[in-house]
Amino acid sequence: MGLSNPATENRADEVTTVSSISPNWVTTRLDFLTNWARANSLWPMPFGTACCAIEYMATAASRFDIARFGMERQSFSPRQADVLICAGRLPFKLAPVIRRIWDQMPQPKWSISMGACASSGGIFDNYSMVQGIDTIIPVDVYVPGCPPRPEGLMYGIMLLQKKIKGETIADDMLREEKLVGPSGLFLPAERVDELSEPFGNSVHQTRSA
Amino acid sequence: MTSPSIPGLRAEFGPAVERVLVSCGDTIVYVTRDRSHDVLAWLKDAPGHQFNYLTDVTAVEYRDSELPLEVVYQLRSLSRKADIRVKVALDKRAPLQVRSVVDLWRGADWLEREVYDLFGITFTGHPDLRRILMWETYAEGYPLRKDFPLRGHFSRAEQTRQALAANPEAHYSLEELSIAEAFDELPPDMRQRLARGERGYLK
Amino acid sequence: MSLRTVEMALATPGVDRDGNASRVPLGVGGYDEDFGAEHMLVNIGPQHPATHGVLRLVIELEGETVKRCIPHVGYLHSGFEKLGEYRHYNQIIPLTDRTDYLSPMANNVCLALAVEKLMALEVTERCEVLRVIACEMSRIISHLVWLGTTGIDLGAFTPFLWSFQERERIYNLQESWTGARLTTSLTRVGGMMADIPEGWEAGLRDFTRTFPDTLKEVDTMFTRNAIWIGRTQGVGALTADEAINYSLSGPMLRASGVDYDVRKDRPYLGYESYDFDVPIGEHGDIYDRYRIRLEEMWQSNRILEQALDRLQGLKGAPINVDDPRVILPPKSRAMSDMEAMIFHFKQVMEGVKPPAGEAYMGIENPKGELGYYFVSDGTAKPVRWRIRPPSFLNLASLPRMCEGALLSDVIAINASVDIVMGEVDR
Repeated sequence: MGLSNPATENRADEVTTVSSISPNWVTTRLDFLTNWARANSLWPMPFGTACCAIEYMATAASRFDIARFGMERQSFSPRQADVLICAGRLPFKLAPVIRRIWDQMPQPKWSISMGACASSGGIFDNYSMVQGIDTIIPVDVYVPGCPPRPEGLMYGIMLLQKKIKGETIADDMLREEKLVGPSGLFLPAERVDELSEPFGNSVHQTRSA
Repeated sequence: MTSPSIPGLRAEFGPAVERVLVSCGDTIVYVTRDRSHDVLAWLKDAPGHQFNYLTDVTAVEYRDSELPLEVVYQLRSLSRKADIRVKVALDKRAPLQVRSVVDLWRGADWLEREVYDLFGITFTGHPDLRRILMWETYAEGYPLRKDFPLRGHFSRAEQTRQALAANPEAHYSLEELSIAEAFDELPPDMRQRLARGERGYLK
Repeated sequence: MSLRTVEMALATPGVDRDGNASRVPLGVGGYDEDFGAEHMLVNIGPQHPATHGVLRLVIELEGETVKRCIPHVGYLHSGFEKLGEYRHYNQIIPLTDRTDYLSPMANNVCLALAVEKLMALEVTERCEVLRVIACEMSRIISHLVWLGTTGIDLGAFTPFLWSFQERERIYNLQESWTGARLTTSLTRVGGMMADIPEGWEAGLRDFTRTFPDTLKEVDTMFTRNAIWIGRTQGVGALTADEAINYSLSGPMLRASGVDYDVRKDRPYLGYESYDFDVPIGEHGDIYDRYRIRLEEMWQSNRILEQALDRLQGLKGAPINVDDPRVILPPKSRAMSDMEAMIFHFKQVMEGVKPPAGEAYMGIENPKGELGYYFVSDGTAKPVRWRIRPPSFLNLASLPRMCEGALLSDVIAINASVDIVMGEVDR
């Protein structure tokens, strides 16, 4: 069902080639140019679900003006987007949707997890909520806050730009699609359970409670 | 002070009105399960009462597992500016069933589906009773029941696995399936489902 | 079904072989047996900018006419009601911020009112006035989001920028009052989290003075705009009986001509003593809903002005009830006085304990009647916390409103419901 792509679930135990091209003067110049272009025209795909989407809208509106970062064009189609911004909480019912959208986005692509709920489940440590979207899709930048202020989101965007500027075409692992494996999970099951453990002040809400 | 509708209700339905109590100024009427629909229909239309607005339908389960589940109807009369709360107690040992009031108020449609989804109470006569907030094949149970743990029955990994296996474009409702059937767009498994009249009930 | 005719651009635009303007009928029949008779299932959402969140609509089309519209909700189900059963009453307040996140302060007020009804508490006068201010500020920012996003849905981007500009001004006020732009957690059972800071009234006064200018601009832009009228008048209309039957509330109900506003008919927070009007529509279509929301913003502005006047007479008055069972004693007393320390400890560790019983409290939220229904068994955590969600019930009428409309109208109708998925799915 759904997302049954050839699997690369856990690459850690496989032998991986770090690079097929060794970095040289040409590739670093080329890197500089492509990274500069990519970092400054990130088209966002706003996956706005809840409260953070309102702060995302505020970021896009006139006072904060996300267009200053080359994000003038909000791409509501995943096919023309560069960065997926998951703004808000992600229930299990929505998990296959964000996975489908992530799979539909072409490389190069990045993702920002905006807010506490997207990053860790936030205050919603219950039956319906994914405990962090990193159990569903890979995440580049986590923006804390509930919801983050627009300044916070912009800082996250700038961090992502910084990250992009450090990328190199010599690293062919970078553009590898990270797919859902044959076990039906994106991360190993133990890792998902570990990431979803209660933390902070939610520890007294035990499973039996 | 109890609602002025109580004497009329008692006169009309007698023993079907089990008890009446007042909490925080709101009148609460307990009625038997068999007569609940009649009582609500009467309250809606009877002259002098006219509780024509259904504010809410919900259910309550108490922490004491001996106590019955309650279906709660919150009614309002827009013209008389009066409220009344009607409750139907459902014994947990019997099937959790109550008659639907969708024929009286269309607004009850989604509210009853929600109660079905979260408490597992069946509303007989509902035109399209299926889960509304959780997905239709949700297998962990009824989330708002007290025996349902806060984080669900399954492990997080299993919950994530089931979520990722779901097809976000699946058609769920019987209505949708019937449309698709008419125009030959239906995959075989759904065709069989439609033939069986299956609505995703839990086992 | 009426036949619509359009000018067809052929080789010579709009002109046929004989030099006459060519008009080609589109619609049912005429050319091909099957033409225009094909049914189609169109899926919109859950990730679609025009669904105002994560709503999914499956629409059966005949040509371009909607035969059936089937909404799917629950994509943002966050288990609020379950979480509430594991929390103290005051700990639920942060949850209410996140249900209807377009009007967090009004939700906080509703929760405090519901628990106070359960405990039969009377709040102070200054607290009431501050809560009225909170509710009306919420109404303005919520309607502004509605205006901006609906404008975008119908092709007007500028009002979005105008409305967010005004929202930022209210956000600044919210932030200086509560410390948060959006998740305010403003109230507590029996009072408020904090009094307004020094000089705050001047900021709000300034807002109430200049906000009408924006409203006038919006009014000029929309109310007599031919495109706006064409897209909204007569679209998605509901009669008064239908609106009551579907349990609609708020602007949706009033647009259909039902004179019902919780603030007038079941007054709370002393709303009966404020001078304001409740706009009532007559056609029940999108245009009336727009007019009502616009007018409500004017009226909210009026209420804010009156509340500010009252606040002047209540300078220095207490904001919390004088009851150590529900309100924390001041820190200085808790550090020096044994009894105050015990109350402080008991409240932090055990929380507010209402008597066994149940209470339903409905208030007029921007979206409609928001109701919190609490069942208490005498412990510090509720047995049941039920949210009566106005947008959920309003959205349930969408299939009825979309019958026979055009596909593009579905977007407009859905926008006019003013849903917020956090509240629909809870």
